[in-house]
Order: sequence, then C-alpha cells, then structure tokens
Amino acid sequence: MMAHSRFVGLDRSMKNEGIGSSVARREGPEKLTGKAQYVADQVLPGRIYGVTVRSKVAHGRILAIRYGEGIPWEEFTIVTAKDIAAMGWHNRVESIEPDQPFLADGIINHAEEPIVLLAHADRHLLERARRAVLVEVEELPAVLDIDQALACVQPVGGRDNLFKEILIEKGDPGFPWAQAAHVVEGEYRTGAQEQLYIETNGMTAEVEGHSVTVRGSLQCPYYVHTALTRLFRLPGPQVRVLQMDTGGAFGGKEDYPSILAGHAAMLAWQARRPVTIIYDREEDMACTTKRHPSRSRLRTAFDAEGRLLAMESDFVLDAGAYTTLSPVVLSRGAIHALGPYRCPNVRIRARAVATHTPPNGAFRGFGAPQSLFAMERHMDIAAARMGLDPVLLRRRNLLKRGDLMATGQLVTEDLDLEGLMDRALADLDYQGKRAAFARHNVGPGPVKKGVGFSVFMHGCGFTGSGEEHLASVTGVRTLADGRLEVLAASTEMGQGKETVFTQIVSEALGIPNDMVRMSPADTREVPNSGPTVASRSTMVVGKLVQDAALGLKRMLVEQQFLAEPCGPEAFRDAVRRAHVRCGVMTCFSQYQQPPGLEWDDASYRGDAYPTYAWACYGVEVRVDTVTWEVKVEDFVARQEVGRVINPVLAAGQVEGGVAQGLGWALWEKVETAQGRMVNNQMTNYIVATAQDLPRIRVYFEENNPYALGPGGAKGLGELPMDGPAPAVLAAIQDALGHLGPMDLRELPVTPERLLEAVEAGHGL
Amino acid sequence: MDSKLQLDLTVNGERRSVAVYPMARLLDVLREDLGLPGTKEGCGEGECGACSVLMDGQLVNSCLVPAVQAQGAELVTIEGLALGGELNPLQRAFVACNGAQCGFCTPGMVLASVDLLRRCAHPSEAEIREGLAGNICRCTGYVKIVDAVQGVRP
Repeated sequence: MMAHSRFVGLDRSMKNEGIGSSVARREGPEKLTGKAQYVADQVLPGRIYGVTVRSKVAHGRILAIRYGEGIPWEEFTIVTAKDIAAMGWHNRVESIEPDQPFLADGIINHAEEPIVLLAHADRHLLERARRAVLVEVEELPAVLDIDQALACVQPVGGRDNLFKEILIEKGDPGFPWAQAAHVVEGEYRTGAQEQLYIETNGMTAEVEGHSVTVRGSLQCPYYVHTALTRLFRLPGPQVRVLQMDTGGAFGGKEDYPSILAGHAAMLAWQARRPVTIIYDREEDMACTTKRHPSRSRLRTAFDAEGRLLAMESDFVLDAGAYTTLSPVVLSRGAIHALGPYRCPNVRIRARAVATHTPPNGAFRGFGAPQSLFAMERHMDIAAARMGLDPVLLRRRNLLKRGDLMATGQLVTEDLDLEGLMDRALADLDYQGKRAAFARHNVGPGPVKKGVGFSVFMHGCGFTGSGEEHLASVTGVRTLADGRLEVLAASTEMGQGKETVFTQIVSEALGIPNDMVRMSPADTREVPNSGPTVASRSTMVVGKLVQDAALGLKRMLVEQQFLAEPCGPEAFRDAVRRAHVRCGVMTCFSQYQQPPGLEWDDASYRGDAYPTYAWACYGVEVRVDTVTWEVKVEDFVARQEVGRVINPVLAAGQVEGGVAQGLGWALWEKVETAQGRMVNNQMTNYIVATAQDLPRIRVYFEENNPYALGPGGAKGLGELPMDGPAPAVLAAIQDALGHLGPMDLRELPVTPERLLEAVEAGHGL
Repeated sequence: MDSKLQLDLTVNGERRSVAVYPMARLLDVLREDLGLPGTKEGCGEGECGACSVLMDGQLVNSCLVPAVQAQGAELVTIEGLALGGELNPLQRAFVACNGAQCGFCTPGMVLASVDLLRRCAHPSEAEIREGLAGNICRCTGYVKIVDAVQGVRP
C-alpha cells in the first residue's frame, strides 16, 4: 500500500545497493512521518464498524440468542451461524482440516469463540449493543490443558483428542537402554506466548455485486483469498485481498486474518456498505492465536564419555479447540526435537492435542522453540548429572558434515558448529566469567551472577515437500518509465522484505535500487508466491524474484532491446523502449524442487529442509536473591545464515527475535481461568522495554552460503527465537547453583517460579 | 455529557477548532476529527506509548487525555516533525539506523525521543533506555532505536 513518494534530505545514492549492503529500509520515510497507511488509518465514505459477540464459556451448547432492550436493533446488521446457512455460505474456515466455523453453530468449543457479528455506524452504540446481546448457554465440562486432553476425560476434537501424531524413528528400536553408561530423563514445559504485534488485528471489507474486496493487516494474502472463496463459494477473480501496511505480525497474522476477513466480509455483504473491524487490545489478546504450550518428556542414553547413544522424545503441543495450523507446527517441533546433535538411535513421538481453548497458532519459530528448549535444557541437566562440562558435552555431540540428522537427512555443508560455539563463548568471555562468578556467588551479597548458552539450528523454508506443494510464483515486469516492478505476494511487516527484494534485483541486474519498485501485495496484481512465513521469503521467494529478474533481462536481450554488457542507463532505456513496443513485458518464475532433495511424508524420512541456519547464543544474567528478579546483562547472538543480504536489517531481525525469546523465558505469562485469558492487557502481560534489555550483540558468519539462495542467503527470521530461553535458564542455574540442586524445567521463569524452584531444591 | 464542546487548539503550529465530546480521547480527536492518523493506538490504556504526542511540551499518552483537557493546548504529532516534506535529523537517523521496523510504535517512539533529546541533548545509552522505557517496541529489541537516538546529526 506504500506509495514511495520522494523525501528531500534523505541520501539513498549509495555506491553499492546490492547484496551485502546495508541500504536503508525502503518504506522508512513513510513510517517516520506517519504517512504509512495501516488499516485503521484508511478513510472510507459510508463505512460502518463491526464487532463480535463471543463466548464467555469454554464449552457449551447455545440455547438461545437474545437481543436486549434499549438498543435500536433494526439499525444493526447482524450475522449468526443461522444467517450463514440461510445465505448458502460455507461456515468453515479453510485450513488443513475444515473443522473451525466462522461463527459457532449450536456448540461452543472454546472461550471467546465468535457467535454473533454486529455492524453499525456509531461505535459507541455498537459497544452498548455488543453488551446487550445475551447468549444463553448450557455449559458443558471442558478440557483445558494437555494432561486432561491426553487422559481423554472428555472428547474435544480429532481422534481421541489428537489432531496429529508424528513418529520419527532412526536406528535400532530395540536399543539396550539398560546397558548405557548414563541414562537421563526429564520433563520440560513451556507456556503460551502472545505475539503482541503493536498493531492489533484489523480488516476492512467491501462488497460490490458478488465481488468481495478486503484490506487488512495480514501476512498471507492468498490464505485469506482462499478462505473467502470457500466461504462465499465464489470463483477466485471475485475475491480480492490487499495487505495494508502491517504493524507487526510474528505469525499472529498468518491464519487469524482469514477468520476476521470472513467476519468483515459477511457483515459488508449484508449491510451493503464497507465494514471495518479493528480489535482492541483486550479482544486481540483474548481471542487470537498464541504460541502453543508444550510438554516434552526426554530420555537420553550416553556412553561413558558423554556421547549420545539414544534419544527418545515425547513431545506434546496444546492445539486448542480446532486443528488450524497445529499439524505443521507440530511437524517443525518434532523435526527440531533432537537439536543439532548426532545420535544413532532416535524415537520422537509428537502429538498435537485438542483442548477447549482458543486455537493456538503460528508464532516465530513454529514449534521449534518448544522442542529445542527441552533438548538444550536437557543437555545442560545431563551434563550436570554426568559431571561433564556443558561445553564439552556439546563438543562430543555436535553435528558435523557427513552426520545424519533425526530424519536421516545428511549434513552436506561444511559445518563447523564447534568453532561457532567457541567463538560465541569467547565473545561472551564465558569461561572467564564463569570462574569469576563462581567465586563471587559464594560471597555474602544478594546478587548472584551466571552465564549460559545454547546451540541450535532452524530449518529454512517449508518442511519436507511443503515448497513443492506450494509451487510459488513471482514475476518481474516492465514499467513505462524504464523501471521494473516486482510481483510477489510476500508481505512487508517490518522484517525488511521490500528492501531485501529490491537489493536482490539490483544485484542481479546491476541497476540501482530506485529502478526497482515493489508491487503492493494485492491478489489482483501479484501471483501466489506463498505465505510470508517459515523464514522462506528471502531464501525461497527472493530466489524466485532473482530468477524472474534475470529472465526478464534475457527477454530484453533476445528481443534485441538490450546488448550486454550494459550500464543502468542503457538498461532503463531498453526497458522503456521494450515497454513502448510490446506493452508490459513480464517474466514469471516458479519454484521447482531442487534435485537431490528427498522427503517422504508417510515415514517422516529424508531432507526435512533444504538447508538450516545454525547458531550459538550466550547470555549473562544477574539474579537478585531478595526479589528473585533476573536481569539480562549481556547477550551474544552468533549465527551462520549463509550470505547476509542486508546486515543492518538482518541484525534487527536477530535483536527483535532475541527480545521475544527472552520475554518467553522470563516475563511473558498467559494467565487463564476456565480457559479464558485473564491478563489480556499490556498492563499485566509483560514484555521487554528498552530498560529490560542489554545491547544484544549480533555476529553473522558467512562461511556456508546456500547455493540455491539468492546470493547464498539462508532463512533467518525465526532462528533468533529458538536460542534465548535455554541459554538464559542455564545462566540462572549457573548463578544459583551454589544454593543446592535445582533444575529449571518450565517457562516462563517468573520470580515466583524461581523462588519455588529454589525452595524445592532445598527440600523446603 | 452528551453535548459537544468547541475545542480550540494548536496542532503542529496550526490553529484548529473542532466540535467534540468533552470526554472523547485526544487520540480519537487527532485521528478522526483532525485527520491526523499518524498517531497510533496500541493498547488504549497508556501502557505501550504508541499514541504519544507532545502537549504543551509534555509527552503524554493521547489515549488517556480527555479532549476537554486539551482545550487551548499546543500539540505536536508525528505529522508535525517533517514540515515541508523534509525529514528532521531524528527522523533521518531512525531511517538510517533501521530504528523503525513495522513502524507502528514509531510515531510514539519518535515523539518520546524528541522529548528525551529536549531534556538531555547527548544522552548515554542508559539514559536513552530509561527515557524510552514508556514506549513498547515488539520488533527491534531496541538496539537500533538506541543507535538512532545516539546517531542524530543536525
């Protein structure tokens, strides 16, 4: 939606604007002047507003919907499940399984489930009306957590409350556990986490005849497009989805906007006027998706030197009441469950269970942070059990070229994880601080200090055959003024896609950035280049953009508009002449599975990801043993992500991801009562302020460029979410180890939880 | 309580007059009645700072200020910083340092930075972190924002 107007006083004439250059964010000036257009900023004549009446109970049967007195109901547009049926629409949100209704139909399966939609021009009256709708419900017993779901005390969904079960097996299923020198077992839990994008979810819908247009804050225009075509049973061209400027997403605007777009569009259809729904913060936090809570049970066998012989994981995610994206979140979690280690015998059983809670969904990392947290925590605890240094235990087990990962994937890159770990630990002065803190901590002061680290990886792009099924397309086309326009459905949500794609084209064609324009993410204009998720935009879509740009250049050469070699001015001139002669020239590029990648969905064997980003994060903390508050004093994030396209933007991704990872570990706790979030306010759901964080020190290694990424780039966006939590818990344990045995196994480590753990360790 | 009042104020150097309900939030008056949507709503309860503006030289959360309290006030919003289309040095530093990612906290963050720099021309990193602690950013981890405030060149 961004108009790239020119601003005086901003120098963009940099010598190198291609790959590896920290060019300034393209849409920066609009964001700095308040000109960026987010969905709530749009002025629309005749527009009315929509609100949602939601369930207050987790599970129940709707007996009646009553509209209270004192409200001029005849002025309102009202939509319920009955209206959806009467209109002949399809009351199911398109996803992996069609089990989630747009509006509850008879049965309520989770608190905050939408039941009635209302629209009116007067927002104050609308709010009164929302409160005046009385939904009479016969409440039914509810299943509210993983343990209840597994016990199957009450069926919720799936088969026996399972939405998905995955088994990954490698090596000898009859591994002789009794003969191993060391066997270590442990259970680890992580809590839900709110994405807390600063712009809440919002959507505007307009209906003309039988054509629907929605504009909103969203990550995946074509997900919304498909959802609306199925809801209204419309052919594709009659639905148009446009992304407005988007104020953060982090996965939280991956699948939820499909529901919100359906709601706004149904109201607009009935009202015959544009309808806008903007959630306020409390509603957004209470009803939209969160990071899945998890429970991991791990058992590992080691030889006398600490080499991993066998590993078993029982990994469970709380999916909530409907399937949504949970099967694929589970898949990524399961594949990452072994961490970056070599192990000959592996059995990973992963399950996504159904509960009567709002569906959990995508959040940066997508299941991997949960399973990696468990494994990294487990490795530290195992090291302590075996009397081994945690660094040495990693050294004995880290993956190297030629090793096989859990799914049997061969490590083909020249991976130097040990070196990466050593360099990160040196950045932190891990050994020096560890020794100094050990001396300090036995002293009398209330403040104790510790250091910790984690080693981990993140698979780039969709899992397994995902990219093959998506078969993403991008295009590059000519503009009359001699510039080029990139056609991609990838969305800018702060990560820097506009800038990075521009740099990729700039590099491929040897032209300056200002000769490249990004088409708005508008399904009428751009092909389906897949969702903006899974650390895939730069690596997968960026590569397609590069191919399309090079293809367009070939077309210009073949049709003799361009002679090589050529400078930027000759290129601009060639584009202009071609455009005059032939009209718009467009070159499309479609994803093709690289040769040599093999994946079997049935057995979960093969190349789970085309490549991986690798990292070691180190952290220093101080723990106040009076208040049990943890302060992060220093943070080192060192990673191998192939070629870095824009170092400043890339560092920004890592810094932001680390802040979210620390929040998940220390402060961010979703409190619920009877399946409803009760701290759904920024006042009592605590995220980091500038004062809570140190300067996060980011280091990129570019030793292993990915041959099939643009310029050698791998994916980056999710990686930084994986490492902070296990590292910071290791550091806390290091700070408090002198107080006696204590194993921190659950996130977040709030001061209350820390005090409990210390008291439990003392046997109090 | 249902009758509107005539609100006279100066916004970004311009005298403006609008009829609004006395208890309307200044945030809504700015966004809807004065046509200045650059100021954002993040939480509606004064916690996130996205709606920060300067009122008579003071940094305020405009979601917590009733219109009646802004009678006669002088306001500065994000739209008032680049008058004539030229980014001011602070805005330029935010662009150059990647201090804005998604951009939604940015207007409030920039106004808070203006306020900080007025009180303290050359703040240390610790002073910046304290000065901006009332503004939540979910994207950046704050490093590049600190860089921007430290990197302002007139």
